[in-house]
Amino acid sequence: MISHPLQYILTGLTIGCIYALIALGFNIIYNVTEVINFAQGEFAVWGALTMVLLIEHLKIPLVLNFFLSVSLVSFIGSLIYLVAIKPMRRPSVLTMIVVTIALSIILKGGAMFIWGKDPFALEPFTSGPPFRLFGASVLLQSLWVLGITFALVIALSLYFQKTIWGKAMSACADNPLAAGLVGIDVNKMVLASFALSAALGAIGGIIITPITLMEYDRGAMLALKGFGASVMGGLGSFYGAILAGFCLGLLESLATGYLSSSYKDGIALFILLLVLFFKPSGLLGATRVVTKE
Amino acid sequence: MARMNKIHVIGFSLVIALLPFILQRWGATAYYVDVLVFVAIHSILAMGLALLIGFAGQISLGHAAFYGIGAYASGLLTTRASCSPWLAIVAGVIIAGLTAYVIGVPSLKLHGHYLAMATLGAGVIVSVVFNEAVWLTGGPSGFGEIPPLTLLGIEVNNISYYYFSWAVAIAVLILSLNIVNSRVGRALRAIRDSELAAMSSGINTSRFKLQIFVLSGIYGSIAGSLYAHFVTFINPPPFDVFFSVKLLMMVCIGGMQSIWGAIAGAALLTFLPEWLTFLQDFDILAYGVLLLVIIVFFPDGLSGLIKTFISAFRRTAINI
Repeated sequence: MISHPLQYILTGLTIGCIYALIALGFNIIYNVTEVINFAQGEFAVWGALTMVLLIEHLKIPLVLNFFLSVSLVSFIGSLIYLVAIKPMRRPSVLTMIVVTIALSIILKGGAMFIWGKDPFALEPFTSGPPFRLFGASVLLQSLWVLGITFALVIALSLYFQKTIWGKAMSACADNPLAAGLVGIDVNKMVLASFALSAALGAIGGIIITPITLMEYDRGAMLALKGFGASVMGGLGSFYGAILAGFCLGLLESLATGYLSSSYKDGIALFILLLVLFFKPSGLLGATRVVTKE
Repeated sequence: MARMNKIHVIGFSLVIALLPFILQRWGATAYYVDVLVFVAIHSILAMGLALLIGFAGQISLGHAAFYGIGAYASGLLTTRASCSPWLAIVAGVIIAGLTAYVIGVPSLKLHGHYLAMATLGAGVIVSVVFNEAVWLTGGPSGFGEIPPLTLLGIEVNNISYYYFSWAVAIAVLILSLNIVNSRVGRALRAIRDSELAAMSSGINTSRFKLQIFVLSGIYGSIAGSLYAHFVTFINPPPFDVFFSVKLLMMVCIGGMQSIWGAIAGAALLTFLPEWLTFLQDFDILAYGVLLLVIIVFFPDGLSGLIKTFISAFRRTAINI
């Protein structure tokens, strides 16, 4: 299993799924509110750790547990909006960044308070030995990660294009004032966007935990990578986030394999910065980069 | 400098000069003098960030990088190259200034969240280098035995370090107040309020933004050198991204658009951990709640609160 390119690509795609899901979470909130929610990574931590808690103490079966944990985190996401984001009187880009950083610190402290500092594991969704694929070994859980991400992406794009709720949310993203004028409850849509992106973060955290474990302080790094992917893809761009998430995962994994495992975060971020500097609107972003004032 | 500012600075310097004696009277230990040295160091950092964020309106989420560059430059040049500490401080300033220039030229073209991401990324890269370039920086375990500063043949330590660090901080304060109250300061505020409007009234926005970014990088480097010669040991954690966030907290809690506020924020966030030791690791919860409450309910921070109090006091005084 020494330096097999396919192995690195598979690992990169798996971790890329998580970045893509978190980046999508960033984008959904950003589109509707122009807020970058730095607490996004904490949703992944809370999702995974809630699931661990429910399994260990209440022995709730997997599928039900999954939905319970995701709903709980989604509820926390909505609560965050109601308690901290909505009361802001004159939000600027900077104050919103600081508020969401404060929220992420609170969520991280809360996770430390509830779960302590130890890393936790989850059982893989299906047990079984890894199988070989052209000389690379594939964990069954990786297939779950790829499958669930793929399903979520399809479900989300259908949601935004076909359902009335999804269309309403897209309308708010495009022009909140006009959306309000045609009778869309913008407030409700913003609340829904927080709930939805918290749910996405939670799912990302849950599906990766059987592979990488999870502990209370992972959120910041996940948020950084997710934000990176979201910016690299072009803030607010749905397919950009997915593409950039996978790119970032692959970059990291290939950098680990071929350059240096200790510099992997540095290399991935360096390339991200290069993308930003040469194409400031991101890979698939709109041409307008200047934020509304 | 405006007359009011002069009076404030002189008054503040007197308080700083007398503070150790007052503390001694109250029976406070030398430990508090050490904490006050950190207040000076953090104030220098916070003032640089306040100029950048509060006045020029540019976000930096990676400012701890410059702090680290100053500290590592001082530490490495004095221990490895047995260079004079004073020369090392100057070298740190040059390196940090150049780094700020190199990061600033492409980054400051970006706006809002994109700029936040670029500075955050740069900050993480610098901290990865501190951690992983083991041959140079000693990696996560760092290195020690950094020589103390000597002035006219006398070693600067303890109480003299207190006066030295505050002398530097007050010099930085005077410089910053002068910048804020000058043509440059007005240009920066114009850029913050509307870059387009500033540009169309003939302000070279990209040059001013870059200059203030480099200047705040230099402040950071000076603070880092002060840290290195005070603690005499450096490792990566004090210069990581979480510290950048803490700097941002200092500036926000103090009130973004105030140089004095930056000092107040730095003082509060330096003393807070000392008062919250009973919470152990859960002190981060207290930070989070404090930051949230201040930003949501008092967006102008401590300086805004004080201003409100003063104007309320004046009103009642006139009424009487």
